[in-house]
Amino acid sequence: MNLHPAPGMLWAALRFPDLSLQLYLRGGDSPAPAIVQETGNPPRVLSCNDAAAKTGIKPGMAVSAAHALTPTLRIRTRDPAKEAKALAGIAAWATQFTPTVSLASSNEILIEISGCQRLFGGLRPLSGRIRAGLADLGYRATVVLAPNPTAALLLARDGVDTSIDDRHALRRTLARLRLTRLDQPAQTIALLANLGVHTIGDWLSLPRDGLARRFGQGMLDEIDRALGLLPDPRPPFSAPPRYSASLELPAPVQETEPLLFAAKRLVLELAGHLAMRQAGITRLRLELQHAHHAPTPVLLGLSMPSRDAGHLVTLLREKLAPVRLPEAVETLTLVAGETRPLGSHNQALFADGRPPREERWHIVERLRARLGVHAVHGLETFPDHRPERAYRRTLPGQAADGKCELQRPLWLLPQPRRLHPGDSLVAMDTPLVLLDGPERLESGWWDDFDVKRDYFVVRDSAGAKVWLYRERPDGRDWFVHGVFA
Amino acid sequence: MSALQSILQNPAIWRGNEQARVALPSIPTGFPELDSELPGGGWPRGVVSELLTERRGIGELSLLMPALAELSRQDGWLMLIAPPWIPYAPALAAHGIRLSRVIVANTASDKDTLWAAEQSLRAGNCPAVLAWPAGVNEHVLRRLQLAAEEGGSFGVIFGEAMRAALPSPAPLRLRLGVHQDRLSVKILKRRGSGLTPTLWLDTEKKKTVMTPPPVRFRQPIYASA
Repeated sequence: MNLHPAPGMLWAALRFPDLSLQLYLRGGDSPAPAIVQETGNPPRVLSCNDAAAKTGIKPGMAVSAAHALTPTLRIRTRDPAKEAKALAGIAAWATQFTPTVSLASSNEILIEISGCQRLFGGLRPLSGRIRAGLADLGYRATVVLAPNPTAALLLARDGVDTSIDDRHALRRTLARLRLTRLDQPAQTIALLANLGVHTIGDWLSLPRDGLARRFGQGMLDEIDRALGLLPDPRPPFSAPPRYSASLELPAPVQETEPLLFAAKRLVLELAGHLAMRQAGITRLRLELQHAHHAPTPVLLGLSMPSRDAGHLVTLLREKLAPVRLPEAVETLTLVAGETRPLGSHNQALFADGRPPREERWHIVERLRARLGVHAVHGLETFPDHRPERAYRRTLPGQAADGKCELQRPLWLLPQPRRLHPGDSLVAMDTPLVLLDGPERLESGWWDDFDVKRDYFVVRDSAGAKVWLYRERPDGRDWFVHGVFA
Repeated sequence: MSALQSILQNPAIWRGNEQARVALPSIPTGFPELDSELPGGGWPRGVVSELLTERRGIGELSLLMPALAELSRQDGWLMLIAPPWIPYAPALAAHGIRLSRVIVANTASDKDTLWAAEQSLRAGNCPAVLAWPAGVNEHVLRRLQLAAEEGGSFGVIFGEAMRAALPSPAPLRLRLGVHQDRLSVKILKRRGSGLTPTLWLDTEKKKTVMTPPPVRFRQPIYASA
């Protein structure tokens, strides 16, 4: 009986009272009346949103009655498999706070936070962060902090956010808790109610051995665990190695912004998942599912791994904007592709206002997302005498710094251009002035790009400095190849 | 008299007949004559500057090279957005620019050019953003200016000299021309003070080996053996 929980343990219970309904509502922010029905005969309303409740719909009502009250009602059927998947998604997201995450039931998650509260600046900021994070994911939860998981769960079932971190306060609070919150058979609870035992406080005032004999050891143990008198191990949740999740939209959507609103929910979940793995994503696939057409894929490739939800959503916006949808979208699926290790960066003691190094890549990614992967590039020199081969395009930021001792123009024309009177680039009202040259370049006989040229630096009549060449040995024509600018 | 002098020493007093010395974050242009005429003593950061040229290729890039070389030592990108031709890597390297910092963004439309310029100016990690839009108007320039203020970039928008007559919200506007081998820089607008006479700059300080005497071009200037 003297088994005490490890000192300083603190558990948060996240309870999602109407997960089945939240699943369908998190993809949008429209307040249209909606319900989730439970299959049966007749089908009954399992839960309803505020808009539906205002019209008089209540859980437990027959769906036909609810429909009569609100003809525009959106009706979805409960899908436990989807709920389980959603809960696993939340659990994966929660692993960014602490490695100790456990699925307690079909709509409850437990996380152990004593080890990480320092990191997040104390209990209050941490629980605030968890709450705000859940709201960003589109979920509404009761969050209860208590020194052991059973107590946290039982209190969360009361539907009130509380935070208890000392044992005496816990005992006082639990004493007021109704026995109906326990995981015990309804007959047992009803029997106890007949005896006038309604709360844990009532229960604790009765002799233990008699209670054990009449109601079994199980109930005694559950209450003892809640009081921290028995060890309370929980099976750990392990997140799947690769993230993928779907989100069903409350109503079909064709516009970009509502789609992004929903996509952001999934991206945030992904970001939490990646934070736990100390990884960043380099490939991401967003699939837009339609009722009748094949899904529209939106692919994102990043040159630097990232797990910054804001950044990823911005990139998706650029990718999504030009996409032509054949039909409204009903469901979004986000599949994480390749990930690469990405450590969290140290925060500067004295913020110098400069963005961290990873953020340098955000602008590059944004430009590439909208302008195309090949439109945005770096430049480097290449050791070749032929001007066309003396530079190379590189991936952004991958160029070597390079050196050059030669006199070369700042602009190179994509194609050398035959010089003719009235050229728009070279003004020839008066004779051109030779500034430098010739510089003879002969190279490339070994590949298919043989160059035999004499290059000249010339000033034209309007004062611009241009780079001309003439083919050797007997070319008559002059070509413009660059502008010194 | 001495009382007046001591009052005038007070930095809070601005004398309209002199060029205002404002503490603007700036980057030296590399041309002392030009630096002394620019409000912060160099190219202003957090500002969009308009460079209006009578023709392209007269030295507008050489004018920026010393500052860009300096900025390429800093963290972040030098963005070249919608350049009219290929920015030639060997020449950039010869001017001392760290090529690993240079990013070229080619665009398919003027809308994309302005979008990319605005994003880059705002990003806060592009010390220099050079853009060659086909056309700009007052509204667009104002947006770019706001973005530059936010990101602290040295933004340069290249345009045609014809625009000089049109109003512009850009705090610094220069018109560039060329005569003989010298670049003429006319400050059309700057913060703090009025107009200046045209400056003549020599953008090619380090002359390369032996400049041959001017030759009339119509005759063959080089006869191959």
